[in-house]
Amino acid sequence: MKFGGHSVKRIEDERLLTGQGRYTDDIQLPGMAYGVTLRSPYGHARVAAIDTAAARAMPGVLAVYTAADVASYGGIPCIVPLSKVPTPRPLLVDTVRFVGDGIAFVVAETREAARAAADAIEVDFDELPAIASIDEAIADGAPPIWPEAGSNDLFLWSKGDAAAVDAAIAGAAHVTRLRIVQNRVAPTSMEVRAAVAEWDADAGFTLHAGSQGVAGMRAQLANAILKIAPEQVRVVTGDVGGGFGMKSFVYAEYALVMIAARDLGRPVKWTGDRSDAFQTDTHGRAMVTDGTLALDADGKFLALKAETWSDLGAYQSTFGPAIQTMAGGTIIGGVYRIPAIHNAVHGVITNTAPVDAYRGAGRPESAYTMERLVEAAAREVGLPVDEIRRRNLLRPDELPHANGLGLTFDVGNYPAVLDKAVQQSDWAGFAARKAEAARRGRRYGRGLCYYVEIAGGGGTEEFADIRVAADGRVEAAVGTQSNGQGHETAYSQVLADKLGIDIERISIVQGDTVRLDQGHGTGGSRSLVWGGGACLVAADELIERGKALAATDLDATDIDYEEGVFRARGTNRSTSLAELAAKHPQALDGRGRYTIPKPSPSWPNGCHVAEVELDPATGMVKVARYSIVDDFGVLMNPMLVEGQVHGGVAQGLGQVLLENIVYGEGAQLLTGSFMDYGIPRADDMPHIEFDTLGTPSPNNPLGAKGCGEAGTIGAMPSIMNAIIDALDGTQIEMPATPEKLWRVCRELAVSRAA
Amino acid sequence: MRIRINGDTHEVDVDVRTSLLDLLREHLGLTGSKKGCDHGQCGACTVLINGRRINSCLTLAVMHDDDEIVTIEGLGSPAALHPLQAAFVRHDGFQCGYCTPGQICSAVGMLDEVAKGWPSLVSEPGTDAVALTDEEIRERMSGNLCRCSAYPNIVDAIRDVAGAGA
Ligand code: FES
Ligand code: FES
Repeated sequence: MKFGGHSVKRIEDERLLTGQGRYTDDIQLPGMAYGVTLRSPYGHARVAAIDTAAARAMPGVLAVYTAADVASYGGIPCIVPLSKVPTPRPLLVDTVRFVGDGIAFVVAETREAARAAADAIEVDFDELPAIASIDEAIADGAPPIWPEAGSNDLFLWSKGDAAAVDAAIAGAAHVTRLRIVQNRVAPTSMEVRAAVAEWDADAGFTLHAGSQGVAGMRAQLANAILKIAPEQVRVVTGDVGGGFGMKSFVYAEYALVMIAARDLGRPVKWTGDRSDAFQTDTHGRAMVTDGTLALDADGKFLALKAETWSDLGAYQSTFGPAIQTMAGGTIIGGVYRIPAIHNAVHGVITNTAPVDAYRGAGRPESAYTMERLVEAAAREVGLPVDEIRRRNLLRPDELPHANGLGLTFDVGNYPAVLDKAVQQSDWAGFAARKAEAARRGRRYGRGLCYYVEIAGGGGTEEFADIRVAADGRVEAAVGTQSNGQGHETAYSQVLADKLGIDIERISIVQGDTVRLDQGHGTGGSRSLVWGGGACLVAADELIERGKALAATDLDATDIDYEEGVFRARGTNRSTSLAELAAKHPQALDGRGRYTIPKPSPSWPNGCHVAEVELDPATGMVKVARYSIVDDFGVLMNPMLVEGQVHGGVAQGLGQVLLENIVYGEGAQLLTGSFMDYGIPRADDMPHIEFDTLGTPSPNNPLGAKGCGEAGTIGAMPSIMNAIIDALDGTQIEMPATPEKLWRVCRELAVSRAA
Repeated sequence: MRIRINGDTHEVDVDVRTSLLDLLREHLGLTGSKKGCDHGQCGACTVLINGRRINSCLTLAVMHDDDEIVTIEGLGSPAALHPLQAAFVRHDGFQCGYCTPGQICSAVGMLDEVAKGWPSLVSEPGTDAVALTDEEIRERMSGNLCRCSAYPNIVDAIRDVAGAGA
């Protein structure tokens, strides 16, 4: 292949580097009005009275909406509710269930006027008891936030063989038990959410908004909320400044700007500010797990049992209930040989922002639980952390392997990946590095993670709509949506190789339902697996159509295609793709649909090794060394893959060391700005040693497995395990802030002295 | 008021409370500078004023009568990239691109500070020539957040340009 497998430079580059990117808030339309949401300052309250008269009378104000005004529309849908009790979430509410819940939407000539008017709305609240945490929510006598449910423990999902697990634990030589907290974090895209809507009596609505797939967003807006035919809605997504799962979902403002645009007959824009983002973007993780791992006398795993309380926030979010259950809960045992396994997940309602998919969506959480247990067990039974994994990782000759929770791992060479990672990390040199750090008075630790991820799911088909221009340029519209991953480049590589033409002659378009209204967007590291497959199908079909046309034009029966040229076999007659396109406008164009009879996920997996250095005097910790070997199957563009892995590691590192969303008394959000919520900075990131050892995925023609989330999955447990190792096995929870670490170091010093 | 941006003079009539960032984005259509927080906490809005980097969300437009302002649009164009922009391409110094205009403006200003010998938190006290180590780059760029975490590649890109200039 000429392009596939190479680090082709990104096609998107120059536009984004010179300030020519087009993100949602960059859109300015003539006559545009501005919307602002009035949000709840309370965690839980009834709106007893709301007076908008003063606001309406203010200069420049065009419209004010309250819950009553939008009651005829549907709310934000939950696609995978796991409770029979609904948790409806209207566009605007008259009972607020978390700080930031929208009460009114004001539209004015300018943003400043809208903001001033929102401030002038008078609201009387009847405060209700507010629940800020899982513990409070499930405590005896806690008032249910959704009274119909009778409890804040909204549902219980479970999978596996509980009886077999209990029997195995009862007979085990060793049992490791841990309570593991995975704190709440904010996805924090640098671009805050924004939306611009236009309405036209004939064409209907156009919504510009950052999304992770326009087709899905259109369906939800049209079917569930506005209750109109999808054809009346065009959704356009331009450049997206990061999504990480959070931008998959419809937010109230997207529908509100549409409604206002129609009512006012002019375009309406809403752009959130950073505090809107911290309050109302979906959050991630937020869970507590009791994990039990049973081992035999040789350190071989006998059983894994997990019971998780997953904080859903105040509502069941779009995919919220699925994250710790169907999406991530089935992979909790990793690629280890575990004869008995059971996972139970409680969905818990609290007065906090809804929790949903965040980079990895349940997979990092599962890996974190398992890998913490594995290293705790290793420590307890006295096995090195690499050795305990070597004894329990599935060998290639044991694949395919059914994991007891409904998943079947297909291919991979996990022990080889482990060995390569161990070697790459200079495993043997660790003792010397630790001793050297000790001479400087520092603690030093090493942690490991072997993760597997379910990827390449999310829909059982994908589309590429291909057009050939008269000059032979090929344009393909794809149903996935880049949020900065560089899809345009990767797909161009796929097509350039398949069509045998130069990559410069290919362009990729995405994010407009008028151009392509099918597709399942981006999420779960699926794009190359599915979108790449669709590009191949579309290119194959294009070649077939070309051959048929060429057969007529060249008056031949057998046509061969190579490098942009169709030839009549055994003759010197030929015609090019460009000539055919010029002669038969649109006859080459068509939509490729990629699907496979039995879609199965791909299983990216890999091994991260982290080393940390900790200063007991200050509690400051630095990731000193970081080494990764991943099995992503076949790589289309190693440079893009490495970028994805870096970003993923940073988000895992951020959660382990810095990030924490805190709700305090009254379910008040205490971390609503970058002053209170730390994300990694340039000086937090270690140098990352990265390599791959791929086994091609059999489930798609490119052999790809997906790489977008893997970095996060590996980073959380490996860095935390390293910190725990540096603390001589003291179990602590994320984020491992200097204050927490300093305290533990002091206690360790005291107990050592005693 | 009169304001000079990327070599052009603009006559503008703005509310005294308008930030420089809002002037650029909302009034002049220069949307290359990004808003990530509007509170001086992320660096996405970084521009150069008389060669010095500044968070444009934290300064009022009316304070810059006759100042020489350079935004990402003024540094280079797709046809003629600034050396730092070119280095960001070579080193894949970004993903979603949202923080990138700020990163690049900040890096331009930062390299100038280094050239002038201004020390940072991690510089050896007492030296007047700053050696631009990776640690120095990371520290000096730590005001520019990147959630995609292109940091390692951004550091590579800056080192590349600084090395070429030295
Ligand atoms: S927008 Fe100015 S620093 Fe964040
Ligand atoms: S490239 Fe996305 S925030 Fe930096």
